[in-house]
Amino acid sequence: MYHISGKSQPPMYTQALDQQGREPSAAPESPEQAARFQARVDAEEKIEPKDWMPEAYRQTLIRQISQHAHSEIVGMLPEGNWITRAPSLRRKAVLIAKVQDEGGHGMYLYSAAETLGVERATLVEQLLSGAAKYSSIFNYPTLTWADVGAIGWLVDGAAIMNQVPICRCSYGPYARAMVRICKEESFHQRQGFEIMLTLARGSEAQRAMAQDALNRWWWPSIMMFGPSDVASRHTAQSMRWKIKRFTNDELRQKFIDVTVPQAQFLGLTIPDPQLRWDEAAGHFEIGPIDWEEFQAVLRGHGPCNRERLEARRAGHAAGEWVREAAAAHAAKRAAQAAA
Amino acid sequence: MSAPDARVRYLLRLGDTSLVLGQRLGEWVGHAPALEEDLGLANLALDFVGQARLLLSYAGELEGSGRDEDALAFLRDAHEFANLALAEQPNGDFGDTIVRQWLIDTWQLQLYAALSTSTDERLAAIAAKSLKETRYHHRFSSGWLARLGDGTPESHARVQASLENLWRFTGELFAPDAVDEAMAAAGIGPQLAGLEPAWSALIDADLKEATLRRPAPQPFPWHGKRGVHTEHLSHLLAEMQQLPRSLPGARW
Ligand SMILES: [Fe+2]
Ligand SMILES: [Fe+2]
Repeated sequence: MYHISGKSQPPMYTQALDQQGREPSAAPESPEQAARFQARVDAEEKIEPKDWMPEAYRQTLIRQISQHAHSEIVGMLPEGNWITRAPSLRRKAVLIAKVQDEGGHGMYLYSAAETLGVERATLVEQLLSGAAKYSSIFNYPTLTWADVGAIGWLVDGAAIMNQVPICRCSYGPYARAMVRICKEESFHQRQGFEIMLTLARGSEAQRAMAQDALNRWWWPSIMMFGPSDVASRHTAQSMRWKIKRFTNDELRQKFIDVTVPQAQFLGLTIPDPQLRWDEAAGHFEIGPIDWEEFQAVLRGHGPCNRERLEARRAGHAAGEWVREAAAAHAAKRAAQAAA
Repeated sequence: MSAPDARVRYLLRLGDTSLVLGQRLGEWVGHAPALEEDLGLANLALDFVGQARLLLSYAGELEGSGRDEDALAFLRDAHEFANLALAEQPNGDFGDTIVRQWLIDTWQLQLYAALSTSTDERLAAIAAKSLKETRYHHRFSSGWLARLGDGTPESHARVQASLENLWRFTGELFAPDAVDEAMAAAGIGPQLAGLEPAWSALIDADLKEATLRRPAPQPFPWHGKRGVHTEHLSHLLAEMQQLPRSLPGARW
């Protein structure tokens, strides 16, 4: 179970596999192939790794799945920040298990991406070099214990909205990974809400802590659904391929409609003076989203972009000698077995 | 010391060792050499925090003054902690963590096997559960000890140095005091000296596999289980206890 990946493999091997992944692009895609593929997608058939698929479909999936995997991995950091300071042993155990689950999600997702012909080591390199994106939400700091509650409630809550439809994604390995992940995310969401509830019903100081966390996490959570539909580059094609089932704005609205009443139940105030119930539409309407902030965080200017990447790089660099030792040891054992 | 006091003391030693080690392992989460090790270390952390909760809850109940697992974990000062000094040693690099873990795992294999036949049935049940976990911990730590010891020249040198550094904390494992003797007399705990041969044999076997040298025995000035700690423990507790102490009486 505890194999080591990454640097232990000679770079040539990684490169070779990588090229293998891109091989289909060498053969021209005929309109007939594309039509047959779209017919299968339209018929809700699952596309499996060995099936023919358009190169753009493959690349879209690699980009989306790996970004998702990176988000799980970077997402371990803000909450991991409170493992050593969790205020009870039960909370400590639950938080360790939660952060561990997120690492597990990263692992399933890297495996799903690997079925498309790209190596995990390559994807990790892209994360560490800063070339790959991950969810901007994890570039915000966790300043108090209430942030752990707010992340579970809002960030895992938003992740569920995004991910439940992906359980029906046309690409089989991604859909199956997501079924497993969604079960755990809803558990995380309930745990986070329970932390918020305990704080909201606690002392004055605890209530203030909970409100402050909501103030800081509300808008970043709203932005987790990505740019609004008019500005989103990838939506239409992804919907045709049934990688996406709903637009960013549709998912965002679902999240708002579910979450506002939860905040009311907690007795907390959503930090949006323009928030109102639109009777005719049957939805909550929110004030304007600060897309400049979103773009700035994406470009690396969020409060913790530097710290998050540095932490990943430091862990990876400090582990170099360990990965080398594991590879050398495995090679010695293999040589002994062959002798 | 009365027999009930000795038993509470004894349970605190076991519980505090698990808690402090669990806290150290928790520091790794998100920062390990690879994702698999991150998950593996988190697993270990979870097991140790779980053991600590069972042991401290039981100690609190026996003590009978209304302290639960959290009061014991968060509201005692360093000198009241009774963990082995080995458990509180800093994580250092991955090799330091593996050596610390392996020394404790090899020890707990003997200890929990003995305690699973304790005349104290509740302790025996906790020990039996912990023994299963410890077998898995030992597979993890001895596996890594072998990879690092018999890996590259650099990893061999690094992990040998970790071993030389941490070996001085093993003396405490087999040095009985009045509490240990009272527990052995009551059939609650083992004679510590009786555990040493099997531990020593396992240490030698694992070291051979890892191509590492066993350091010479060293005198030790720490008695963690009597509350005499290294400088590291109070820092660990300052971090761990800060929040509950900042809002006394709050529920979390
Ligand atoms: Fe996750
Ligand atoms: Fe989650």
